[in-house]
Amino acid sequence: MVTRGFTGRRPPEATRERLPPGQYLTEDFPVLQLGPTPRIDLDRWRFTLREGSRPLKTWTWAEFEALPRTTWSGDIHCVTKWSKFDTAWEGVSFDDILAAAGIAAPTGFLLAEGYDDYTTNLPVADLAGAKAMVATRYAGAPITPDHGGPARLLVPHLYFWKSAKWVKGLRFTQRDEAGFWELRGYHMYGDPWREQRFTGD
Amino acid sequence: MIEPDARPLAWQRATILAITPVTPRVRSYRLGVAFDRPAHAGQHVDLRLTAPDGYQAQRSYSIASAPDDSGTIELLIEGLSDGEVSVFFEEVAAVGDEIELRGPIGGSFVWVPEDGGPLLLVGGGSGIVPLLAMLRHRAAAAPDVRSLLIYSVREGAEAIAREELLDRARDEPGFDLMLNVTREGGGRRLDAALMAEALDRLGTPRHVYACGSNAFVEAASNLLLDAGLAPGTIRTERFGG
Ligand SMILES: Cc1cc2nc3c(=O)[nH]c(=O)nc-3n(C[C@H](O)[C@H](O)[C@H](O)COP(=O)(O)OP(=O)(O)OC[C@H]3O[C@@H](n4cnc5c(N)ncnc54)[C@H](O)[C@@H]3O)c2cc1C
Repeated sequence: MVTRGFTGRRPPEATRERLPPGQYLTEDFPVLQLGPTPRIDLDRWRFTLREGSRPLKTWTWAEFEALPRTTWSGDIHCVTKWSKFDTAWEGVSFDDILAAAGIAAPTGFLLAEGYDDYTTNLPVADLAGAKAMVATRYAGAPITPDHGGPARLLVPHLYFWKSAKWVKGLRFTQRDEAGFWELRGYHMYGDPWREQRFTGD
Repeated sequence: MIEPDARPLAWQRATILAITPVTPRVRSYRLGVAFDRPAHAGQHVDLRLTAPDGYQAQRSYSIASAPDDSGTIELLIEGLSDGEVSVFFEEVAAVGDEIELRGPIGGSFVWVPEDGGPLLLVGGGSGIVPLLAMLRHRAAAAPDVRSLLIYSVREGAEAIAREELLDRARDEPGFDLMLNVTREGGGRRLDAALMAEALDRLGTPRHVYACGSNAFVEAASNLLLDAGLAPGTIRTERFGG
């Protein structure tokens, strides 16, 4: 349906090609979160892999920082419609985390869990093969608390609500269990290029 | 938590029924639209504008009206300099126009009467909009729930629904208002003393909702944590900017 009188402020062609449907480019770094920014003490920070409720492996901050590092640069897309281009992240890839734990993924799905009790569900296939990391640095500096520091998940090919902030662990699940937003009507998978914002999109 | 609805959220047409100025930069848009699912105070809609060549822009706007069966909703849209969608509303949209939207959206920043209180609402600028829906709903459906609104604006003239809020504070026994002006005579930003006064007047809130720009919500929620409130009681909505 054409909106009477709307012409729009089209971004340049090169920008439009990089924008998934319904997104617009921002130069800022907006924030989406459901509550206050949690206060996390690095001395008490832990990152834990679990299968169901059973812990498989836990790292302290110093141990986690000693794992092999990965970098990734590219575009990120938030379900609230902003996209940001050429963001630069550094952290530990999902593959390296599993390798350091000495395990293969025990199931095909997991829930990323945050220190704010946030959860979000992901297929293991969308993390493995250098597709995701637990990031600890953004643009060359430690990630600030409002952007999910000290550590956040980074799964840049999905809407950014999948990149759980203040991540404290990954819990492998037998089936694809809905996380916080997914229980509240957001899409189970969240591919920005297919505009999978809400259930049924 | 409100019941999730597994049905797809379809785009639908809404007609602009009335446009009313509210402040120098904010207008009220009354839209005729029937949702296929219940709405809750605090939710928003997504609007989609389409140009003749198919180019589209989408943005989110909170619903200012309380959930009711009038078949209409109220949006309050602030015109931002250079804003693609808000300036279209400010300069082009007219009564009788059809706008595509879908909703209601949002399952976290929501208050239902069964949630009860005391209720602490903290709004900055246009961040008042979803809080207004909560206050309107509270007055109609749960007037016994005690509530306090801290509403921070740069200048008094920018306060959305100022008369309504002052009237409510005067007429509704369970509602208390703290209007805070940051840039006029003796104005100050939200600070620990102001938060302490609010908590003193209200008591410890069971639910806190903070809404506004990123910077406002970050500052407000940090003050709330400093004041000793439990993180799990505080819900936030960030409009951007
Ligand atoms: C859940 C949700 C609910 C919202 N509810 C409302 C509402 O009830 N009323 C309302 O007026 N807006 C609301 N917003 C903001 C709205 O979605 C748009 O972001 C806003 O109208 C700007 O869009 P635009 O196309 O006019 O500006 P754009 O073209 O996107 O941006 C224009 C300029 O303004 C800046 N900018 C963008 N957004 C903001 C902002 N919010 N504050 C300050 N500067 C900004 C940009 O950085 C840019 O410089 C809400 C946002 C969210 C996520």
